[in-house]
Amino acid sequence: MNPRPGFVLEVDRSTPPTLMWKGESFGLQKLPTGSRIVYAPEPFDALEDPQGAIRDALENPTGDQKPLSALLFAGMRLTICFDDISLPLPPMLAPDIRQMVIEAVLDQAAESGVDDVVLIAALALHRRMTEPELRHALGSRVYDAFAPHGLLMQHDAEDPSNLIHLGQTDHGEDVEINKRAAESDLLVYVNINLVAMDGGHKSVATGLASYKSLRHHHNPKTMRHSKSFMHAPSSELHSANWRMGRLIKDSGVNIFQIETTLNTNTFPESFQFLQKREWEWGIKDRMAFAASSRALDLAPRKMARNILQGIKAPHALRTVYAGEVEAVHEKITADVWEQQGVAVSGQTDIVTMGLPYISPYNVNSIMNPILVACLGLGYFFNSYRGKPVVREGGVAILFHPTRPEFHPGHHPSYIDFFEQVLTETTDPVVMSERYEEAYATDPWYIHLYRTGHAYHGVHPFYMWYWCSHAMEHLSKVIIVGGDPATVRRLGFQSATTLDDALEMAKDSVGMSPTITHLHTPPLLMADVT
Amino acid sequence: MGVSQTLAGKRFFVTGGTGFLGTALIERILRSIPDSSVVLLIRPGRRATPMDRALKEIVRNDCFDRLRDEWGDEFLTRIEQRVFAVGGDVTRDLLGLDDEGLSLLATCDLMIHSAAAVSFDSPLDQAVEINLLGPSRVADAMAVGRTLAASSGTSGPQHLIAVSTCYVASTFQGEAKEHLLGDHRFDVAVDWHSEVDTARRLRNDLEAESRRSPIQDEVTKRARRELGAAGSHVVAIRAEKLRDEWVRERLVEAGNTRSRALGWPDAYPYTKALGERALVEQHGPKSTSPLPISIVRPSIIESSLSEPVPGWIRGFRMAEPIIISYARGLLREFPGVPEGIVDVIPVDMVVADIIAVAAHGPADSEVAVYQVASGVRNPLRYGHLVELVQSWFTERPLYDDQGQPISVPEWSFPGRGRVQRQLKRATSTIDTVERVLGALPLRGKQAALSARLEENNQTAKRALGYVELYGSYSETEARYRIDRSLALYDAFDDADRELFNFDPLTINWDSYVYDVHLPSVVKHARVRTAPGTQVMADRQDRGRAAVLSPDRQLAVFDLEHTLMASNVVDTYAWLASRHLPLSERVAFVAELVKNGPQLLALDRRDRGDFLRTFYLRYKGASVEQLRSDSWELFNEQLLLRSYPEGIARVREHRRLGHRTLLITGALDLVVEPLAPLFDDVICAKLGVENGRLTGRMEELPPIGEARANVLEEYADTHGLKLSESVAYADSASDLALLEAVGFPVAVNPESRLALIARRRGWLVEDWARAKGGSSRSVPLGRFDTTAPGASRTIARRFTR
Repeated sequence: MNPRPGFVLEVDRSTPPTLMWKGESFGLQKLPTGSRIVYAPEPFDALEDPQGAIRDALENPTGDQKPLSALLFAGMRLTICFDDISLPLPPMLAPDIRQMVIEAVLDQAAESGVDDVVLIAALALHRRMTEPELRHALGSRVYDAFAPHGLLMQHDAEDPSNLIHLGQTDHGEDVEINKRAAESDLLVYVNINLVAMDGGHKSVATGLASYKSLRHHHNPKTMRHSKSFMHAPSSELHSANWRMGRLIKDSGVNIFQIETTLNTNTFPESFQFLQKREWEWGIKDRMAFAASSRALDLAPRKMARNILQGIKAPHALRTVYAGEVEAVHEKITADVWEQQGVAVSGQTDIVTMGLPYISPYNVNSIMNPILVACLGLGYFFNSYRGKPVVREGGVAILFHPTRPEFHPGHHPSYIDFFEQVLTETTDPVVMSERYEEAYATDPWYIHLYRTGHAYHGVHPFYMWYWCSHAMEHLSKVIIVGGDPATVRRLGFQSATTLDDALEMAKDSVGMSPTITHLHTPPLLMADVT
Repeated sequence: MGVSQTLAGKRFFVTGGTGFLGTALIERILRSIPDSSVVLLIRPGRRATPMDRALKEIVRNDCFDRLRDEWGDEFLTRIEQRVFAVGGDVTRDLLGLDDEGLSLLATCDLMIHSAAAVSFDSPLDQAVEINLLGPSRVADAMAVGRTLAASSGTSGPQHLIAVSTCYVASTFQGEAKEHLLGDHRFDVAVDWHSEVDTARRLRNDLEAESRRSPIQDEVTKRARRELGAAGSHVVAIRAEKLRDEWVRERLVEAGNTRSRALGWPDAYPYTKALGERALVEQHGPKSTSPLPISIVRPSIIESSLSEPVPGWIRGFRMAEPIIISYARGLLREFPGVPEGIVDVIPVDMVVADIIAVAAHGPADSEVAVYQVASGVRNPLRYGHLVELVQSWFTERPLYDDQGQPISVPEWSFPGRGRVQRQLKRATSTIDTVERVLGALPLRGKQAALSARLEENNQTAKRALGYVELYGSYSETEARYRIDRSLALYDAFDDADRELFNFDPLTINWDSYVYDVHLPSVVKHARVRTAPGTQVMADRQDRGRAAVLSPDRQLAVFDLEHTLMASNVVDTYAWLASRHLPLSERVAFVAELVKNGPQLLALDRRDRGDFLRTFYLRYKGASVEQLRSDSWELFNEQLLLRSYPEGIARVREHRRLGHRTLLITGALDLVVEPLAPLFDDVICAKLGVENGRLTGRMEELPPIGEARANVLEEYADTHGLKLSESVAYADSASDLALLEAVGFPVAVNPESRLALIARRRGWLVEDWARAKGGSSRSVPLGRFDTTAPGASRTIARRFTR
């Protein structure tokens, strides 16, 4: 049976309440009659023979690139780079797609007698992965073969001895990337294209870049002019990465790009109700909902977090292409849109979204208030093509407890950002001028980024910049259930219930606003016409 | 001729100028007597000159605010023209004056002796030196001054006014007239010479006894209990202080016992009475060296009625602690009979009386006694005073730490014994609770609570003392006649009566208590008179601003419980279990739990010994393995248990250009990942042989007192001033470190340090772990069996 496409439901009196995520718990929320709910398409079927499909892609490249086997030769330097812990969400059940692809590449390399092989996690400014995380992404076989010999590395954007400056684009943007990767005879990049903005030239130009290089496109100006990130032609971020990518290619770096899409099968059997449509819940789903939502509410927060962070998604490989960066990326992006796109006609006054426990930057960690803003206003708000779901001057209503909780090991600079920067300004431009440099060059943050498992000192700024398009577009952001002091610090308003929030929204959007709810996860992209 | 004209241009020699009465007197002389000047006898300070002290302790007092306004820009110039200070002390012969001082004294026209040990808990020997011998010494100096003056053709001091107290009349009932002592049939014949000798001998005996066992041992033990493993030097200083206190307490007790036996309520009136006798005996009309002397005896001096401003007061007087204890709800009852008389006299009336006596001059061939008291002419009944206090505090309650108003109890009039029992019970309960809390390993908020308890304890103890004292004063049912004083007043013209009023009949007690005295008491008691917690916040802000001033040069940090919730045992447990297989883990944990109390006890006794013993467990561990495990320990355990505010503070100091230093007894390998946070790190190092640890420390670990030394050396090497430095630590064992710097900060202090910090007004920071920051609650390494050998080496040492 073919999976059903996504669709927009109009709430009437017979519509059951909607599942609403609230961070580390969820509940049922009745939406006002007349509201629209955007449902994601159902997960596409998995490939029957993923290994076969991968081998096939490697030997039948897309675009202007030779088959992998033709690129491998004895005595060459081969570097395989892969996406880090931020993908996919939630982490997938073993075997991870990266493991499958890398094993296939390594098999071929072995056949061709290549023995100078290095694996690099393309962290950009993300935290270094821990041993268990690397083992999960690569499988223990690969890990044990490389890690003990120092051949499994994590990209270090602050290690001058392992960075190379390749030049400047015609826009004056510095291109500085990982030296080992740039100087290899072949650079294989293994992507997981969870959303449309992943992959393409961004893989190398961002994932393996230094702060000096990244700051050219990770800034408030670029972020404001990316409408949206998910739609390449309208994304300034995309354009900058493409300029850089072409420069990298022109400097002679030979990239063999492998991109993959997963279906949106997000939750395991016991949590399947989370991705079903509520009126189709069976007895089992209702019981699972009742039991798990109650358990999460009652459990100590640490335990609730551990339960949810322990979820491994039964994501399955749907398509895989390999070859030349741009050609591969074009095909893959189309596939992502096919899986996630939902046609939505017309904008709305108010958009509502329930924010789940996880975002790309708090896997095995804590979703701090800045990441809450980023997930709602950066990630979900930007999941559109054409125009935002909510009209200019409209209101976003998010559901999340937004507690002032931080992971001191993973997000040390976020703590100071919250205490020092946000108390003074929430304006991305002002903070970028006043504080970014100091945070980016702070020796202690750099130390923790390089030797610990901390995000780079500048990272909270990027998260905040990511919200800048939404903050400019919206007249008001309300967080239902949010800790009032914390929400105020973010520059938003908190409300106890949806009714209160709708009441508060009225001075911006009038007495009878239109409301649209994004029913995600699973991920969806709104194609707004 | 009016008083001002009579005394115009005169020079006064004044003792006791830094006291309550003395300050008011000096101000009044300067303000109301044209062209007058004062020579003040001031005890020289260690650094400050007598004039510096006079300016700081007398002229800067708010008593002079009125003059400051009146004189405007000329204030300081005029003060310098009219106020002179000489170094000296009433406990020394000839007041310890040098030739210059004596010649200055010779230029004075009058002498007023108001120096006294008024506190009810003065040690006997001190009271004897000041109160008993003081007046005679002042008179001796006067005699010398007069001789000096005569040799240069001037006359020298013409009148000595000695301030005494009404209560020299002992506890007999009935009327006490303005007579010299010894004239009354009930007077006990006490030889003051032998009282002086005995008091001095008692001091010597007690000093000797306190240096012997068991007293010496006891105070040392107590000091160690209070400070724990702070180091022998710090403990010694504390023990010496406790020994001093012990001697002092015995002397106070001895004074009280002797005084009561002779019929005086305590040592103050008793020594004052004998002082009057000594003075008259040596310099009275019948003596070999007769001098013109008058004696002024006030009753209980309280805040001013109108001069220089209504309600002016200095220091904590007798009734105030009781009033404040009551308003704070600590004192629920107060002894006394409602119809009894509280003989209180405002300070400006006493001053006016002294000036009137000065203007009148000495009597011929007798020592004239003037009493200044309110009890006979305008009595304030005890019951009425209580009503006034009660209704005042009901209208304007004080507020507790939480900013809640405190309601005052209904006052009944129980006997003294019941109130004493009540207070004693309260203090002993608090004592016990405090001892228990002190022994518990409390930190932060809980520790602050126990410090607050201690403060209440102090207040209650002080109130208890005053109740004992006040009780005996209230039993003094003498009524003090003031006929001679009144005769002076009657002789005044209208202008002088207005200017130098000391007629008690003019006091309206209701408005005095309600509008003048109580507002002043409350203002000076530094209690909360408004709801909310703003005051505390302001103090914190000021403290923080001082610590983060650009003038600071060095910031020193302790590690454990100051920057992270961790200690050497946690760290060891994590490292030792890092590679242990499951079965061995269980045995390891069991052993650790078993040895826990023993380790804690050792740590409390001597941190150095503890570390030496404990670090032996690392013997034979591979340095390489331990180093790589330490990085994991840091990322997976220590960082998660860190206090983000603390780490931010280190960085803030660095941003401000201060040098930052970590001083810790933790191992170098363990603190290595933390090193980039600081400019420098001083920590414990273990010896290494063939890539393995020896388990022995290479040098003295930087803990306890050694920290202060290490810090001094460090500051010397880098040319930094410790007085301009900040230190952060959490425990009383870091006392030496904290005391070494100008700006100590107690971070999450355990109870003993919380108490010390509260007493000394140090900045206290409560730094918490990041909310939601999860780490293993049991400090064991991640379960992983890749290299069990490494762990076994150090874990087995433990289980063996």
